[in-house]
Amino acid sequence: MSQGTSLRLHVPEPTGRPGHETDFSYLHLSRAGEVRKPPVDASPADTSDLAYTLVRVLDDDGRAVGPWAPPADPDLLRRGLRAMMKTRAFDARMLIAQRQKKISFYMQCLGEEAIATGHALVLQQGDMCFPTYRQQGLLLARDDVTLLELTCELMSNERDPLKGRQLPVCYSMKRAGFFSISGNLATQFIQAVGWGMASAIKGDTRIASGWIGDGATAESDFHTALTFAHVYRAPVILNVVNNQWAISTFQAIAGGEATTFAARGVGCGIASLRVDGNDFLAVLAASRWAAERARSNLGPTLIEWVTYRAGAHSTSDDPSRYRPADDWAHFPLGDPIARLAQHLTAIGAWSQQEHAQTQADMQAQVNTAVKEAERFGSMADGHVAGDAALFEDVYKDMPEHLKRQREQLASEG
Amino acid sequence: MASMTMIQALRSAMDVMLERDDNVIVYGQDVGYFGGVFRCTEGLQAKYGRSRVFDAPINEGGIVGSAIGMGAYGLRPVVEVQFADYVYPAYDQIVSEAARLRYRSAGDFTAPITIRMPCGGGIYGGQTHSQSPEALFTHVCGLRTVMPSNPRDAKGLLIASIENDDPVIFLEPKRLYNGPFDGHHDRPLVPWSAHPLGEVPEGYYTVPLESATVFRPGTDLTVISYGTMVFVCEAAARETGIDAEIIDLRSLWPLDLQTLVASVKKTGRCVIVHEATRTSGFGAELTALVQEHCFHHLEAPIGRVAGWDTPYPHAQEWAYFPGPARVGAALRRAMEN
Repeated sequence: MSQGTSLRLHVPEPTGRPGHETDFSYLHLSRAGEVRKPPVDASPADTSDLAYTLVRVLDDDGRAVGPWAPPADPDLLRRGLRAMMKTRAFDARMLIAQRQKKISFYMQCLGEEAIATGHALVLQQGDMCFPTYRQQGLLLARDDVTLLELTCELMSNERDPLKGRQLPVCYSMKRAGFFSISGNLATQFIQAVGWGMASAIKGDTRIASGWIGDGATAESDFHTALTFAHVYRAPVILNVVNNQWAISTFQAIAGGEATTFAARGVGCGIASLRVDGNDFLAVLAASRWAAERARSNLGPTLIEWVTYRAGAHSTSDDPSRYRPADDWAHFPLGDPIARLAQHLTAIGAWSQQEHAQTQADMQAQVNTAVKEAERFGSMADGHVAGDAALFEDVYKDMPEHLKRQREQLASEG
Repeated sequence: MASMTMIQALRSAMDVMLERDDNVIVYGQDVGYFGGVFRCTEGLQAKYGRSRVFDAPINEGGIVGSAIGMGAYGLRPVVEVQFADYVYPAYDQIVSEAARLRYRSAGDFTAPITIRMPCGGGIYGGQTHSQSPEALFTHVCGLRTVMPSNPRDAKGLLIASIENDDPVIFLEPKRLYNGPFDGHHDRPLVPWSAHPLGEVPEGYYTVPLESATVFRPGTDLTVISYGTMVFVCEAAARETGIDAEIIDLRSLWPLDLQTLVASVKKTGRCVIVHEATRTSGFGAELTALVQEHCFHHLEAPIGRVAGWDTPYPHAQEWAYFPGPARVGAALRRAMEN
């Protein structure tokens, strides 16, 4: 009997804090090529080992190894590398624009570029992503989305497609399969399932892809989405981007201690994978596997992408107050751009010179977009989207009370 | 025309819209095979199949959240929350998502969804089967809030709501499902078959949103109400002998301001009646609107009869429910001023 033993509340803590190095052994990594690849029609229960291991393709020398290695397609990989570099260049320039007060706020995806860009290259035209605010790679991977229109949204200027109503980064682009971003976490995860259900109801061939971070999995809509996706066998890919941090909160506080987020999927009867999110080839392979399952009416797949939030949470955040300043340098899965560049160089499809040239090109493209966007105004010059659009689109047709309020604003200022 | 209860009228509205529009989908808890705990969806699954009418897990946030996704795809979901008292887990999806989607995406995405929920008391439903949460929705920009008081309006308003491209909160007073109720709980139920408003067209028709109706014309004062309370107000007028003009709002917000203002300007007196609790209830907005638009015509303070500011009790049902006696007292007070 343990009579007399006092109970103690367990509050998880990260091993690393400012001034103390993180012990990343909690990640339970697998070696590249080590994890099996099941058939695409595997039963969810038969993926339980995959929820506790890590699908990886690229080894330390940049070689593609194991059953998940996708068929060699250097052109696609080069396209992916360029998309990642474009995303990083865009983020870097927008951080500066925020410091210059040209935009009010920004969130980068530094270190997570492979996941969204790789996933975007697997999806087909007409599929719909329900992203969070850190999947700009889904847009930047596409040729039909211009840097100018993204920049205008960030500047809330007269060319802002969202008419100045939304915070920077909260893009919406139906034509690019990119659902309107909401500030409320996790809400889009169940909406993605509903979109997939709709596609199934109509006998369509399109699939949905939902996105959520590690911290937001604690929201009730995460659980809701898994239940509905499982119940209705919805054609949806449920992406959990585990970047280890929710603002200042380590992923253990979200429920990651001694378990994985992929394991939640198996528990709900959903085929689940845990994948190296900084391994572009693994991203392609796992996304393809999940997309094929969905398109074949085999049901949803949950993928936990293991990565690291290399940058600050947002331009309003200072990570040096809660984690080691050099944490990313120690993260065992490295940098997705460096790893893919190493692989492409090893197979003779990339070079240091091409890398430097691409980087310069991307920076030039982004600089041009900023200059061009500024012609239509920015927060810095106060030339932003006009008040005319303030009352529109609340309803399809403007009700009387909003017409009265619009007139009042016009007459009283 | 056919004689229908409100249940049958609502079912008929969904039947009509399922038939007319392949994008209409009906689902919710116990809505499919069983036909709903109030029978409102009886037979619909058998007629249209499981991919059009189906059962959902007990998860209100999931029901509404998935409907928003379906709306973004291009469907027109009509979902049910079993009791309005259980809508709160879906509140984030309703307020943060459905109501804001068109605005925040500048029309790129929309949420043409209808959320049906039985509401109101007078049935010994206690705390979680009697609430009237309309003020939690009228306060939210981007939503339409609708509440019928009879079978004919119920069908026409529900069809109009389903067809509307904005998200609609469709509140159904379950006390009125089987017959009108004037608050005299000690008298036998009168079925809809004995009431002219139980005569309902069988096919397609609409009752436009944002249109109130003069439920009972009168000259002494204006009573603004909706749902079950319309019949209570009618009884109060009859029993006090006061010639009240009773307005049934039907669409709570956005509303038909003209009809209200025209009536109050004519009568010079106004009493507002609802079941929901008083403080910050929808009656406060109605009071403010009447005061702003009819100030120089008012001959008495605007009266307000509402549920007490307490949770809805069980044993004290008739002390809580604003019955004809309490409404009648308010009418007399308004006339004495």
